[in-house]
Amino acid sequence: MSQAGSSDSSEVIEVDLRNQKVAALLAWLWPGAGHIYQRRYGKGALFMTCILGTFFFGLVLGGGHVVYASSWNDVGPGARPGFKGLFSRWHFGCQACVGAPVLPALVQRIRVSSGREPLFNKFMAPPNDPTPYSPQNGDDDLAVWNKQMGNAFELGTLYTIIAGLLNVLAIYDAYAGPFTAVPEEEQKKNGNGKKRKTQPENT
Amino acid sequence: MSPILIGALIHNQLWYLLPLLISICLVYGATRHELIGPILIHAFRFGTWIVGFMAVLFVLLCLMSWNL
Repeated sequence: MSQAGSSDSSEVIEVDLRNQKVAALLAWLWPGAGHIYQRRYGKGALFMTCILGTFFFGLVLGGGHVVYASSWNDVGPGARPGFKGLFSRWHFGCQACVGAPVLPALVQRIRVSSGREPLFNKFMAPPNDPTPYSPQNGDDDLAVWNKQMGNAFELGTLYTIIAGLLNVLAIYDAYAGPFTAVPEEEQKKNGNGKKRKTQPENT
Repeated sequence: MSPILIGALIHNQLWYLLPLLISICLVYGATRHELIGPILIHAFRFGTWIVGFMAVLFVLLCLMSWNL
């Protein structure tokens, strides 16, 4: 059991965080799942709706191409499969914070890096980058997608990145409870001069 | 209001800001409070602050580019 609340002492309430590490892991895997595990159903639903709504709205805006694990150069011919270059596209580092919804991007990356064709019309697949350009190497996917979707591609990328970053806040909330200081009177009572966000109870 | 103005309002890309703003404010508010009431109040205040900040920036940029 943990205590959480805001600086307003009337709002201090008890929050059962259960196993905090499990909750944080679940919160990362599926936004809101960590809170549902902690029986904080309202917040779980709120996080799930807001974060996944933002993520999937961005994904639809970008035609399913705004989330991909790395650039073609890191997975194309001559590149070594594995974790090398996985986050060479920094956007994916933020998008990956959403958890399981970015899993198809990893599957597509593994397929492309092992020389197979990406599935589902290149959904979440690394874009083909024919460098140096030659007609035999195929289209420059990124250029085609940007031309087709215009700034919707950029907006979709932005939405998915922000969804990932919002989930970082949700993961923290699942791990440690609301990010608020325990009132000063409470701190004095505990004999702790430092501000504490939560006060886990030994179980 | 002229049809051109209405059309410009409908197709304004600033509308994309709205779902993002709601989402960010609610998630941020939820990380500060546990109950839905305080979450909504915090989200509303935070949203107002963001919109106000952007409005101030908008006015500043307008003034800076007045004679350009």
